Amino acid sequence: MEIPYTVEVRPDTGLTNGKIGIWLFLASEVMLFGALFASYILIRTGAPTWPRGHTILNVPLATVNTIVLISSSVTMVMAWASLMRHRFGTYRIYMGATILLGGVFLVIKYFEYSHKFETGLFPSTSNFLAIYFTLTGLHMLHVMGGMAVNAYFWGPGAKLYKTNPEWFINRVEHSGLFWHFVDLVWIFLFPTLYLL
Amino acid sequence: MTTDHAVDIDKQVRIYITVFVSLMALTIITVAIARLDLPIHLAVTVALFVAIVKGSLVACYFMHLIAEKKLIYAVLALTAFFFVALLALPVITHHDGFWIHGLH
Repeated sequence: MEIPYTVEVRPDTGLTNGKIGIWLFLASEVMLFGALFASYILIRTGAPTWPRGHTILNVPLATVNTIVLISSSVTMVMAWASLMRHRFGTYRIYMGATILLGGVFLVIKYFEYSHKFETGLFPSTSNFLAIYFTLTGLHMLHVMGGMAVNAYFWGPGAKLYKTNPEWFINRVEHSGLFWHFVDLVWIFLFPTLYLL
Repeated sequence: MTTDHAVDIDKQVRIYITVFVSLMALTIITVAIARLDLPIHLAVTVALFVAIVKGSLVACYFMHLIAEKKLIYAVLALTAFFFVALLALPVITHHDGFWIHGLH
């Protein structure tokens, strides 16, 4: 049986099912991170003292990671634009770059985490580190998830382009929406944890 | 692909590059402001303002929210309402049980 409304829009919503589906999922993600941000505010404002992030965390590394993630958002949207221009080869290059930049982000995060553990800083050390590891850890899981989906669309999933290019372009767009959301979360995490 | 469509995508690509440059500049501004060691209330205000501008650029242009269907806006408006309510909860608790005592 064919999946309905993957390319043509549903008359009642004016959208494809995939588009409304990814936005509803992102809405649930906003609430998930929102709950953690609310916890952060509650813990921070309730604490008698709170360290400034830059005294514990590595700001230069996090700045590089911010640049890496923003760059990956650009390559992601360029991958989609390449498909819209029917340039499949260029799409592969941009999508590959997006996956690679995601990998760079994780490697930098690995060095950051390793340094913290080596110096005896764990989630149980303080409330600040507990919320730092929880928020960045959850964000990292999202990066991994996004990379897995993007890798699928770079590799085996790209076969769909030959049989149904419109559907494939829509899928890449939806995957991109998730990736940009991950970037958006980091844009708020970076100043909140590292700079304030 | 029609010529109009190709021109439209080319225009969008130019916008993406402009947004990318703006995001990079705003990242540098964020870090530079943090180095000024401003009082915490001012630092929070400025940092969040810059983050909101950056987030809006990503949402509007990369996520194409600047030209989306009404249903998506409705979903996001509802999400924004509950998100703000969620963030307001810790603030409400600082009123020393105002809401609880106010009920009696």
